[in-house]
Amino acid sequence: MRLRLEPRREASRAMLYGTPVLAVALTVLAGILIFSLMGYDGLAAIYQIFVAPIADPYRWQDLFVKAAPLITIALGLAIGFRANVWNIGAEGQYIVGALAGTGVALATWDMQGYWILPAMVAAGILGGLLWAAIPAFLKTRFNVNEILTSLMLTYVAVQLLYYLMRGPWRDPEGYGFPQTRLFSEWQTLPTVVQGTLVHLGVPVAFFLAIAVWIVLSRTVTGFQVRVVGLAPQAARYGGFSARGTVWLTLLTSGAFAGLAGIFEAAGPFQQMTPQFSVNYGFTAIIVAFLGRLHPLGIVLAGMVLAVSYVGGENAQTALGLPYAATGMFQAMMLFFLLAVDILVRYRLRVVVPADLSRPVEARHPPARQAETGAHVSSTPIDKQRESLSA
Amino acid sequence: MTTAILISIIMTLVGAATPILLAALGELVVEKSGVLNLGLEGMMLIGAVTAFGVTFTTGSASLGLVAAMAAGAAASMIFAFLTLTLTANQVATGLALTIFGIGLSSLIGQNFVGRTVSGLEHIFPAALADDPIGRVVFGYSPLVYLSLVMTAFVAWFLTRSRAGLILRAIGESDEAAHSIGYSVIRVRYLAVAFGGAMAGLGGAYYSLVMTPMWADRLTAGRGWIALALVVFASWRPLRLLGGAYLFGAVMTLELHAKAAGINIVPPEFLAMLPYLATIVVLTLISIAPSGRRNAAPACLGKPFRATG
Repeated sequence: MRLRLEPRREASRAMLYGTPVLAVALTVLAGILIFSLMGYDGLAAIYQIFVAPIADPYRWQDLFVKAAPLITIALGLAIGFRANVWNIGAEGQYIVGALAGTGVALATWDMQGYWILPAMVAAGILGGLLWAAIPAFLKTRFNVNEILTSLMLTYVAVQLLYYLMRGPWRDPEGYGFPQTRLFSEWQTLPTVVQGTLVHLGVPVAFFLAIAVWIVLSRTVTGFQVRVVGLAPQAARYGGFSARGTVWLTLLTSGAFAGLAGIFEAAGPFQQMTPQFSVNYGFTAIIVAFLGRLHPLGIVLAGMVLAVSYVGGENAQTALGLPYAATGMFQAMMLFFLLAVDILVRYRLRVVVPADLSRPVEARHPPARQAETGAHVSSTPIDKQRESLSA
Repeated sequence: MTTAILISIIMTLVGAATPILLAALGELVVEKSGVLNLGLEGMMLIGAVTAFGVTFTTGSASLGLVAAMAAGAAASMIFAFLTLTLTANQVATGLALTIFGIGLSSLIGQNFVGRTVSGLEHIFPAALADDPIGRVVFGYSPLVYLSLVMTAFVAWFLTRSRAGLILRAIGESDEAAHSIGYSVIRVRYLAVAFGGAMAGLGGAYYSLVMTPMWADRLTAGRGWIALALVVFASWRPLRLLGGAYLFGAVMTLELHAKAAGINIVPPEFLAMLPYLATIVVLTLISIAPSGRRNAAPACLGKPFRATG
């Protein structure tokens, strides 16, 4: 008996929505196995990571607080990924955005007024946007690969953070600790639910998801992004500028990452510290893919990843499971998603070798590429069925 | 005195260049076969922690090296299965591999943080390796000589060997290579495995030679620099050698300025240098006269599914 992969006539919508769920389920199973092999109680670990944060209403606020930056960054990235623009440096844009906002905060620390926080947020957005403008400029002007430049700039941003914390921006009354002074009440994000940690960034993230959804599905700009990603030649033919799309997507994702950065600094952190970089910018890549590059999917995926963060902390205190396991776990989720992704374009069929009478269904038209833009196109999948021995 | 300083500078330079050269050589072969594996950083970290763990427990650094290569290759097989067999997106899968490698290495490495191992021994007799002048030629880790041998080997393999020509043909036109009977997927699997083993070796250099001590994220983004180096070298092994030593020089500048107590430039700015240099170099190579610009293998990053 063999398992055989057959191209689908059209990308399966059921699978498009089903595979992320399948990926999470497979990650859970693999997690139980791996943690057991490592000598932990696998079931208990998975319970702590995936169930406990949801079962305990007291942790819900943490989920929203963790999900907000992930969703905000991932929304921006997804726009780019759809257009085949690979901004991998969201972490750097997130840091620089937070730094720009912090700069405003430090310049206004003895002032009062409702204008201060908006000014910080504007600086944050601008900071992230400008940091992303560097790869955009290099890509459009000199055709330099944006993956490498945006990533290199992340390492530069981290060093910039260290420098500012150790040097010019260190709290003069902070006993020499390399961190800024605490933000004042005019400089911190208000909470939206009394008595919780849920800050303004949470509703903003959800609002942005809806806004991006509308822009992508209902406007010419959204159409342009999708066409440039799916069919670059058709896009050129249709008069859409590839350069313009690079600028648009990189600046948008930079602005979103910068916004998430200043929200994080003015919200949960309320100051800048060298520990600010916690790789939300990289985890957001997983969120974007797990959410199928769809704004509403990203909201769900952001919540799932937030669960794994909060659950990772749970497992650390309850079982002594190292925090690093969380990162590995999140990457596994992406691995499994990419693996089961093939079910969107192909169907698995059990083939009994003796059955030679079955008609050859080789006359399928080309299976349409999944609408996600996550696939480098030009695959000659109009070929006949493929077999995979199992 | 000045000779001594010069020799120490050269030796730091070679040391800094070697791990990225090893990893980049592997990636070059992978990319020549038409596959873009962005998981270099992750595979290097997995190699680094494996080399350290095996050396720490068995006391044998050579065993550590072999294990690092095996671990790098094993990690690369996850990538290969996803991208080659299941035609997953190569960019996304490579990124996932890097995130996975960061997590896995710090998970395995948590028991080793701060521990030290005795690194690799010299292959030349002490009389040569410890000689104040002679050490500039004979005093390196065996991995340095291996990286040079591998550069020559990869250059020979790609241009002179039959297998190398097949590999390049597959990278330039998978369809054509397939139609005359070469197994595109099998060759790519082998190339990716080689790339993984070399990345593992490059990672091992960090944990066994450069700092024989384990620390989280030991490679600090050097895997990405190695990736950039392949572009910089226009996919040519000998140019890769030059590029790696150029980057070695930039990183040496950072180390020596720190050691010399130069305070005019804050250390964080010196630490930015390799990354800024990468951006500058990538830009320069893109403005360079055409011919170089289109040096990338034609099928780089594109998935392939064979006809039945």
